[in-house]
Amino acid sequence: MLKAGRANKGKNGKKKSYNIPLSYYTHLLWCSSWWGGVQMGPPDPILGVTEAFKKDTNPKKMNLGVGAYRDDQGKPFVLSCVRKAEAIIAAKQLDKEYLPIGGLAEFSKACAQLALGPENEVLKSSRSVTVQTISGTGSLRIGANFLARFHPGPHDVYLPKPSWGNHTPIFRDAGMQLKAYRYYEPSTCGFDFKGALDDISKIPEQSIILLHACAHNPTGVDPRPEQWKEIADIVKKRNLLVFFDMAYQGFASGDIDRDAWAVRHFIENGHNIVLSQSFAKNMGLYGERVGGFTVVCKDAEEAKRVESQLKILIRPIYSNPPVNGARIAATILNTPELRSLWLEEVHGMANRIIKMREQLVAGLKKNGSSHNWQHVIDQIGMFCFTGLKPEQVERLTKEFSVYMTKDGRISMAGVTSGNVGYLADAIHAVTK
Amino acid sequence: MALLKSSKVIYCLGNISPSLGVLSTRNSSWWGGVQMGPPDPILGVTEAFKKDTNPKKMNLGVGAYRDDQGKPFVLSCVRKAEAIIAAKQLDKEYLPIGGLAEFSKACAQLALGPENEVLKSSRSVTVQTISGTGSLRIGANFLARFHPGPHDVYLPKPSWGNHTPIFRDAGMQLKAYRYYEPSTCGFDFKGALDDISKIPEQSIILLHACAHNPTGVDPRPEQWKEIADIVKKRNLLVFFDMAYQGFASGDIDRDAWAVRHFIENGHNIVLSQSFAKNMGLYGERVGGFTVVCKDAEEAKRVESQLKILIRPIYSNPPVNGARIAATILNTPELRSLWLEEVHGMANRIIKMREQLVAGLKKNGSSHNWQHVIDQIGMFCFTGLKPEQVERLTKEFSVYMTKDGRISMAGVTSGNVRSAKEKTTGTATLPLLNKITMKPTAALRNLSLS
Repeated sequence: MLKAGRANKGKNGKKKSYNIPLSYYTHLLWCSSWWGGVQMGPPDPILGVTEAFKKDTNPKKMNLGVGAYRDDQGKPFVLSCVRKAEAIIAAKQLDKEYLPIGGLAEFSKACAQLALGPENEVLKSSRSVTVQTISGTGSLRIGANFLARFHPGPHDVYLPKPSWGNHTPIFRDAGMQLKAYRYYEPSTCGFDFKGALDDISKIPEQSIILLHACAHNPTGVDPRPEQWKEIADIVKKRNLLVFFDMAYQGFASGDIDRDAWAVRHFIENGHNIVLSQSFAKNMGLYGERVGGFTVVCKDAEEAKRVESQLKILIRPIYSNPPVNGARIAATILNTPELRSLWLEEVHGMANRIIKMREQLVAGLKKNGSSHNWQHVIDQIGMFCFTGLKPEQVERLTKEFSVYMTKDGRISMAGVTSGNVGYLADAIHAVTK
Repeated sequence: MALLKSSKVIYCLGNISPSLGVLSTRNSSWWGGVQMGPPDPILGVTEAFKKDTNPKKMNLGVGAYRDDQGKPFVLSCVRKAEAIIAAKQLDKEYLPIGGLAEFSKACAQLALGPENEVLKSSRSVTVQTISGTGSLRIGANFLARFHPGPHDVYLPKPSWGNHTPIFRDAGMQLKAYRYYEPSTCGFDFKGALDDISKIPEQSIILLHACAHNPTGVDPRPEQWKEIADIVKKRNLLVFFDMAYQGFASGDIDRDAWAVRHFIENGHNIVLSQSFAKNMGLYGERVGGFTVVCKDAEEAKRVESQLKILIRPIYSNPPVNGARIAATILNTPELRSLWLEEVHGMANRIIKMREQLVAGLKKNGSSHNWQHVIDQIGMFCFTGLKPEQVERLTKEFSVYMTKDGRISMAGVTSGNVRSAKEKTTGTATLPLLNKITMKPTAALRNLSLS
C-alpha cells in the first residue's frame, strides 16, 4: 500500500518514481490539502467597501457604502423605541428556548399586519403564511429556495436593471435563473417606465418577477402610483408570480402605509404575491437579523400546506430563527406607545435623509456644477444613484476618501450636515 | 400543464371582462401542487406536546436542558454577561459576514485548546454561524462547492435526524457506517472499523465529537485512536459535529479530546460547534464552523469563499448571542462560572441516569439497563420500538422521538421515581415497564432491543 508523505521516499531520501502524475502525490502528501483548488474570492462589493473604509486613516473619510443609517453626527443610531423594548424584555427575564421553526408567532403576525394592513382580507381569511427569517437576505433566500422547490412555472426570476447586488447570488445559489427587465433610465436618472412595461409584456407566462416595494435599491427610483397600477395590470396579463422585496417600509417616505401601497395594491388586484420584509433599516435592528417571508395563498388550507413545506425547507438551513431581535420587533409593534414612538422615529430618519438630499444639491449648485442634480432630490430612500462612472467613483475614493459602491450608489444615511459640504466639493471635483 | 391551460383561460377571461380576470386570479393558485408535509420529527414533538392538555404530560423530545424543577434553565454566567453587555449600550450594526471576531476566535480556542499549533500558525478559519444547524449547512454547502473528492457524506448509523436533510439539501449524497449495536445498546466498534475501511478514498466522514446524538454512545479514547488511523489510511475528509462540548462529561477538554487527537494526528478537519446546549443559548443561535487548512494562505482563501457562500444565505449572523458567548469565554470570572455550570448540568444528567436505572431495578425489571448509565450526554437510546413509543405518547402523554430517544434533561428527581413511591403515577419507570414488559418469552430475552 502506498503510504502517505515522507514514506514515499526511498532509502536515500530521494523520491521514488512510479510514473504516477504529480497530482496523485499531492493528494497523498502528509501536509495534504483538501482546499488546494479553492481560489481567493473577491471581497463583497458592498460589505467590502466598509472593510476598505475602516483601513483608511484620512480623518475626512466618509463611508457612503453600506446602507446603515447614521445620525447627524455620523454615528450609528439605536432607536429609542428599541431601547425601551429591550428594557421591557430584560425585566421579564425570559428564557432562551428555541423558537418554533417559523419563528416567534407574535412577531410573524405583527410583521404581516404591518405590510398588509391589519384589516386586510388576506389576514382575516388566514390565507397567508408568514415566517420569521434572518432579516431580508434570509427571507429572500428562503423564498428563492421555496420557488426552486415548488414553483410550477419557469424558474426564471426577472430582476429590475439594476437591482441590489446580492439578489443575483441569492437566487442563483438557490438554483434559479436570473433575467432582467429595464428599470433605470441613465439619461434621466429616473424610471424607464416605457422600457419596463415593454420588457415585462414579453416575460414568458408564470415566470417570477421581483419588484422593489419602495425605495429601490440601488437607484432610489420608484414608480408613481399610477405607474404601479399599469405594472400590476401587465403583470397580471402575463400571469407572473410577483416577488416583492420590501426592505424599507417607513424608511422611504416616512409613512409605513404609503410605502406599502404597491404591495397592498397588487394584493387587492388579485395577485397572490410572495413578500420579503426586513426590519434592519426601519427599526435599526441590523445585526439582530429580523425579517419575514410571506406567501399569499388561495385559501387557509393552502396556506397550511405552504407553511408545512417552508418549515421543512428551513429546518436543514438553520433549524429556527434567532429570538432576540424578534422579541424587540414584536414588543414595538404590539405595544401602542412604542409603536407610536417608532413611527415618529422612522419619520425622523426619513426626514433627515430628505434634508441631506436637499443640502447636497444646494451645495453642488453653490459650487457651480453645470450638471442637473434634480434626481438626487427626486430619488427616495436611503440611496442615491449619483450617475457617477466607475472611474469617477475610484477618484472619489482614492483622492477624497469617499467610499461608495462602484455603481455610483451613495448611502445618503452616511451624509451629515457636517460633511455634506465636503461631499459636494468632492463630487464637483470629479465631475466638472 | 393544467395550470398553464387555466392561466390561458384566465388571460382570455381577463380580456373579455377585467373583473372576471380578477376573480379568477384570486382563486387561482400557484401552490396547488404543494403537499402538506409531515411535522419535524424532533421539533414536531414539542409542538404536539404543547397542544396536549394532560397535566401529567412529559416532554422528553427535544434536547433542551431542564433544571430539576423541569424548567428551562438560563445560566447565571449568561445573565451576568447580558448585564455587562446591556450596560455598554452597544449599537446593533451589522457584524462582518464571518461574524463577531472575538467570538470566532474564542470559539476556535475552546474547541482546539488555546495553545493548539493550528491556531498559533493561523492555519484555520472559523466563522460564526446560526448555531449547530447553520454551521453544518454552511459546511455542507462548502463541501458541495469545493470538495475535490466524492460528494458522499458517511453518517453513523443512526445519526441526528436533521443531518440527512442538511447534507441532502446542500446537494451531497448520504451514506452510512455501522455505529450503534442494538444488542448491547453500545458501540459497534468492529462494525464501524469494518465499514470505514471500505469507504472510498476522499469521501467525507461525519463523526460526533462527543455525546453521540441520538444514542449517547461514544467511542473510548483507544477506539478513537484506531478510528483516526483507519480514517487516515482511507484518506477521508473528517467532518466533526461537536454540539455538546462540556455537556457530555462535564469537562470541556475531555469532550474535545477526539477533535484534538485527530488534528494532532494530521487530519485537516472541518468542525461544527454549537453553544445551544453548553451555554443554554438555544434560541440565540450561536455556533461556529471551522476549516483546518494546510497553512495560513489556504485559510485565507477558504475564508473568502465561505463569505461568498454565506452572503446570499443570510448576509451576516445575529449579534446578540455571539456577544454573550464571547463575553463569557473572554471574561475569566464568567468563564470559570460557566465551566462550573456546565459541569453542574452534566452532573444532573448523570444523576438522573443513575436514578432511573436504580428505580427500574427497584421495580424488579429483568432487563439490563446498564446502557442508560453508560450512554453519555443528554440523550438515552432506550431501545423502545416505534409502536411502544406511540403508546407512551398516546396513553401516557410522554413525548419522545420515534426512534426511542429520550432527553434525560427532561427527567427530574420529581418524575423519575417509581409508582410505588408516588401516588401520582406519572413516573417514567413504570411506564417503561408497562410498555416493555410483556409476558412473552421473546421479549423477555431481549434487553430492550
